[in-house]
Amino acid sequence: MNVIGYTAVVAQVALVVAGAPLLTGLMRQVRAKLEGRAGAGLIQPWRDVRKLLRKQPITPTGTGPAFRAAPALLVATAAVVAALIPLVSTQTPVRRHADLIVVVALLALGTVALALAGLDSGTAFGGMGSSREMTVAGLVEPTMLLAVFALSIPAGTTNLPAIVSGAIHDPTRLASPAGLLATAALAVAVLAEAGRIPVDNPATHLELTMIHEAMVLEYAGPDLALVELGSQMRLTVLLGLLTSLFAPWGIATSATWTALAIALVLFALKVAALGAVLAAAEVFWAKVRLFRVPELLAGSFLLALLAVTASYFLSGTGGGL
Amino acid sequence: MAEEAPPRPQDAPVPAARELGGSAQVRCIDAGSCNGCEIEIGNAFGPVYDAERYGARLVASPRHADVALVTGPVTRNMAEPLRRTVAAMPEPRLVVAIGDCALNCGEFAGAYGVEGAVGDVVDVDLAVPGCPPRPEEIVSALRRVTGR
Repeated sequence: MNVIGYTAVVAQVALVVAGAPLLTGLMRQVRAKLEGRAGAGLIQPWRDVRKLLRKQPITPTGTGPAFRAAPALLVATAAVVAALIPLVSTQTPVRRHADLIVVVALLALGTVALALAGLDSGTAFGGMGSSREMTVAGLVEPTMLLAVFALSIPAGTTNLPAIVSGAIHDPTRLASPAGLLATAALAVAVLAEAGRIPVDNPATHLELTMIHEAMVLEYAGPDLALVELGSQMRLTVLLGLLTSLFAPWGIATSATWTALAIALVLFALKVAALGAVLAAAEVFWAKVRLFRVPELLAGSFLLALLAVTASYFLSGTGGGL
Repeated sequence: MAEEAPPRPQDAPVPAARELGGSAQVRCIDAGSCNGCEIEIGNAFGPVYDAERYGARLVASPRHADVALVTGPVTRNMAEPLRRTVAAMPEPRLVVAIGDCALNCGEFAGAYGVEGAVGDVVDVDLAVPGCPPRPEEIVSALRRVTGR
């Protein structure tokens, strides 16, 4: 059990680190094909990272520790989250620590680190990006917590592996009104947290419309490589969290090598499919105006609240709350 | 739809292409152009010519960029911003001058607001002549940078 459990954790982190740029490459490729372009290829984000690591590191004058620490902190929090979330196996040595609140707090830590770095850079756009990112984060975190609480009521715990293995053994939990409402709420929260259309446009060149990009305008070379890798890893773990919670089939609940191998392949396929669907949808969506983002996020918060209420009243037992 | 990729340009890739390894982030700098060259650059990254398939991508910040595409004669007000923008780019960096105005001030030579050609203000690594240059020529210059 222990060897397989540790292998599962290492495999989760390795797959997220190696696969995150490929997921971005896949999403850009899907977008390019739909726009009638040929596209740069799946491994282009890895080429970008390799090139950035070779470039000259620059620390702009006037920046302090917050600016220097943020890229490493962003990647580190994403890697710890990748190890904690039951992406391929619920039987891991860290399963007792994989609490929902810890996961959301770690993601928030990465967000705050980057927001402080944006302020630290001292440029107008950096501060503006940080302010916007915090506005969005303040609306997203409660939605994420509430949406997963709706699923934790039938499971009677906020422990993610317990929620996931409960859903695998009792799939009717997911098809319930609470499960569907929570899916919709968490999907919107994930889009906002990962900085995708309709909340933020990762490919924009217009500083006035930027949220995430505005904070990282001053990064160059290896630091920028870490920031880009960190953002891509966050997108991957957030999509992975979504698939683990709402399409948990295939995740290993027993400590066998075959179950682990199947789970790894299925995880890659599920996240790639979800990413491709998201990229295709983004071609048809427009970014919403910044002042309408709170309306969108308040709507998703309402869905999450309804999910919790429905879960509490409709689950019959009332769960462990 | 994207046209078939034309054969690789005859001229050898620039020396920095090895270090870039098939990836070049591009920052456009309008130093005083009439916007003719900007339209052609926009086309080079559009669906027909699709410069992105060779690894070039437009970015929003000189800190992220490997290549500066400079257009237009350098006006007095843009000389210092151009110098600072190129200085803000991390090494190895390349400056590509796009269009006749960037090479020798073109139509605007001798005008009272013009400081000089791009080569008079910063070091130019590659030049793309034309008024305006065709998107194919811009793409082929970018392919010499990415080496693809």
